[in-house]
Amino acid sequence: MSAEILHRIQFALTISFHFVFPPMSIGLGLILIILGVKSVRTGDPKWRQLSMFWVKIYGLVFAMGIATGIVQEFQFGTNWSVFSRYVGNVFGSLLAAEGIFAFMLEGGFLGLMLFGGSKLGNRLWLFATTMVVTGAMFSATWIVMANSWMQSPAGSEVRDTAQGAQAFMTDFADVVFTPTFIPRILHVLVASWIVGAAFVMSVGAFYLLKGRHEDLARTMIRVSLPLFAVLSVLQVFVFGSNAAVAVTENQPQKLAAMEGLYETRDCAPMFIVGWSDEETRETTGLSVPCLLSFLATQDFQGQVDGLEQFPTDEWAPVNLTFQVYHLMIDLGVLFMAIGAFALAMWAWKGRLWDMRWLLWVLVSTIVLTHIATQAGWWTAEIGRQPWIVWEQLRTADAYSPMVGTGNLVFSIVMFVLLYGLLFALFLFLLNRKIQDGPPPPPSEEDTSSLPDSFAEVFARRPHRASQDSTTAATGGEK
Amino acid sequence: MSWLATTWFVLFVVIVAGYVILDGFDLGVGMLSPFVARSDHDRRVLLNSIGPVWDGNEVWLVLAGGALFAAFPLVYAALFSGFYSAMMLVLLVLILRTVAIEFRSKRHSQRWRNTWDWFFFASSLGITLLLGVALGNVVRGVAIDEAGNMTVDLVELLNPYSLLIGITAVAMLCLHGAIFLTQKVEGELLAKVKRLIPRLGVTFFVLATAAVLATLQVDSEMVDTFRDRPWTVVFPIGALLSTLVAWRLVEATWYLAGFLASATTIALLLASVAAGLYPVMLPSSIDRAYDLTVHNAASADNTLQVMFVIALIGMPFVLLYTAGIYYFFRGKVEIDQDSY
Ligand code: HDD
Ligand code: HEM
Ligand code: HEM
Repeated sequence: MSAEILHRIQFALTISFHFVFPPMSIGLGLILIILGVKSVRTGDPKWRQLSMFWVKIYGLVFAMGIATGIVQEFQFGTNWSVFSRYVGNVFGSLLAAEGIFAFMLEGGFLGLMLFGGSKLGNRLWLFATTMVVTGAMFSATWIVMANSWMQSPAGSEVRDTAQGAQAFMTDFADVVFTPTFIPRILHVLVASWIVGAAFVMSVGAFYLLKGRHEDLARTMIRVSLPLFAVLSVLQVFVFGSNAAVAVTENQPQKLAAMEGLYETRDCAPMFIVGWSDEETRETTGLSVPCLLSFLATQDFQGQVDGLEQFPTDEWAPVNLTFQVYHLMIDLGVLFMAIGAFALAMWAWKGRLWDMRWLLWVLVSTIVLTHIATQAGWWTAEIGRQPWIVWEQLRTADAYSPMVGTGNLVFSIVMFVLLYGLLFALFLFLLNRKIQDGPPPPPSEEDTSSLPDSFAEVFARRPHRASQDSTTAATGGEK
Repeated sequence: MSWLATTWFVLFVVIVAGYVILDGFDLGVGMLSPFVARSDHDRRVLLNSIGPVWDGNEVWLVLAGGALFAAFPLVYAALFSGFYSAMMLVLLVLILRTVAIEFRSKRHSQRWRNTWDWFFFASSLGITLLLGVALGNVVRGVAIDEAGNMTVDLVELLNPYSLLIGITAVAMLCLHGAIFLTQKVEGELLAKVKRLIPRLGVTFFVLATAAVLATLQVDSEMVDTFRDRPWTVVFPIGALLSTLVAWRLVEATWYLAGFLASATTIALLLASVAAGLYPVMLPSSIDRAYDLTVHNAASADNTLQVMFVIALIGMPFVLLYTAGIYYFFRGKVEIDQDSY
């Protein structure tokens, strides 16, 4: 296997694994904020109880995000040194800004958030949570900004230097707001919120099916189901379509690959499922006539560029792009349906609570939403091939030339084993947390004795001598 | 041109120092843990002394990576692809350490806990040793060619000089971690830690002196640099002095001051290396004409400017809430239901 392929396999493997966790922390973060706000507003201990439960899971997810994220920060240098040199002037600053603005915020307040249940009153805890979640959203923003620059470079020019061609920044604002950035970041954030809502919903449904913690489980679903339903509709009709329009305008050959469209034509169909054969240049399957033309040009008779417009050596792997793209779309439509149906059953005299098969469907959404986000990224990244920086630098010219295949095989094997182990551990601990269920509700006095304003925090005397070493020794579990 | 690049060089060194000082003490705690903590309770105390802050500390490493990428892309590209296998090992231990800290107390089983305790120790040691060895190799010079590419395989990395730097780093962070712990633990544990400090101090002192001498031996340019800029010798001398100060302060039970002195030692040692190398960032062992320097490896001025503004806006916030959070978690460790 060529070094290029090995580099790609390793990068795809590690980034895809990293991306299992950020959407959960961004999405769960939103739910935690909702729980915190409810807690402050109503003072009902059940909200705090739910926060205590979900914040533990958040901690677990976050740890995985950190562990796998650090790899990404250095992997551009280790595996794509030519790329790093080429883009450093532009891309590097976005990554560094992410560090300063986002990770520092998250890393800083994470401790407060995770320990908040026993150390902070409702309001301050909400503050700490909001800081961490803002950090997570900033982080997505900067990294998608960097990725969008690779998809539709702007605000920069290429010059030859002693070390080869390099992109230089000409206008920072243009680098930040590349043409695809806004539609993509909105699409990614909404996708993450969908994942978060699905997570809470699936755990709630699971408890109902097992007949455990029924009150709390219903509350979880009451919070997450409407969110899931509304976001899914918006995702399909607003944010998803906008992402598709951005691709049409900036990367027409990617759009053609996504839809398996070989000839330029008007009234282009949009497939629901299908198969694209690159040899015969034919795509067959179930399709809606003229819909692609409408989505791309807002006109059913509009003309859409086919792949034949472009040199074959600039084609992405057509069928693969097609398949992952349609997987995402079909799932998006399925989420709308699930959301709407479950809402209707709930509204119809609470039938939802007794429909076991529907509850099982809700349980499955956490897996399905993850598949959709992964498929979406695979569409964006595989559809970008053969370019690593769109129409400027080819992936084949961008990897680290000095790294031997032996080293690559070694690191890939290492990551496969390590990530396999990590994932197994993650699922094992997650399962235990879920099986253990929420902690007992906090008592009124316990909560009210905790500091709940900055003044109280700073007035608090630090712990000096251990008054109570026996309880400390047998202290509870995390 | 040059002042911006130089400013970024200084900022980069500051970020690296921030990393070594902050993550350094939690790495130190990790390396000391099997030696000072015997019972499960003691181990939890150690873990919780760093629990709320270690993640924030590690972000400084991420930040250093980002800053290097943005300000000196050629160094970022050469360094990490050149040290490929070593870097993969660093990533491996970083991941294992994160997981060890987070997962250890999640189950009661003694075997589970012992396993992760071992990982916590070994990965802390591994990170320190590997980064120390990497620094040693950077000072010594690496095979960078005309195009700015380099390769160093694992075996070459492990030369005696770099190993000396690696071991010195281990001693330095063990001492730093022990001094940090004096603020956090009490009773028998505190006494134990305090008994260790003089021994660690002497070990570090001897190793650091040897490292300084060896450095002047392997890198003749550095001798010239120090001769040209004689004032820079205050850095290494100050570093060794502040170690003594740290030790005295801890004896006098001024633990926080002792910790700050220990942090100063680290900052000054890194400043010595930086001052000795400047303007070179990666010396080439093939031909000094291929050196990557602050000037030929830096991003263009407008990028550096934008980055500088970003740093000016971001850094005060970072320092503010870092300080706030350390303040919140000040004092001795208490174990409760939310603890690690
Ligand atoms: C829950 C997740 C989810 C759902 C339901 C959808 N998407 Fe999506 N999609 C993503 C999650 C996602 C993503 C993971 O967030 C991606 C990957 C890259 C990106 O910017 O967002 C993405 C990428 C992505 C792209 C490629 C962008 C590019 O190449 O730059 C397009 C064209 C769409 N989406 C369009 C849609 C449409 C029309 C949908 C409605 C049916 C849809 N997505 C549902
Ligand atoms: C937003 C930040 C991201 C950046 C900056 C980024 C950057 C890159 C780079 C540099 C490559 C290697 C070159 C190439 O093969 O084109 C790549 C490939 C890839 N990335 Fe991303 N990526 C990002 C996010 C993601 C996410 C979140 C996923 C998946 C969930 C993903 C999936 C992939 C895949 C599958 C490939 C391999 C494509 C191929 O080689 O055919 N990427 N990306
Ligand atoms: C769209 C793609 C990505 C998103 C949305 C994203 C978002 C996040 C988020 C929210 C976190 C916090 C940890 C967590 O909650 O899991 C995180 C961690 C991290 N990510 Fe990503 N990330 C993406 C891709 C990347 C890429 C391509 C890189 C490489 C530069 C990267 C680097 C990191 C690092 C270094 C961390 C650890 C930060 C810490 O210690 O707190 N991420 N990422």
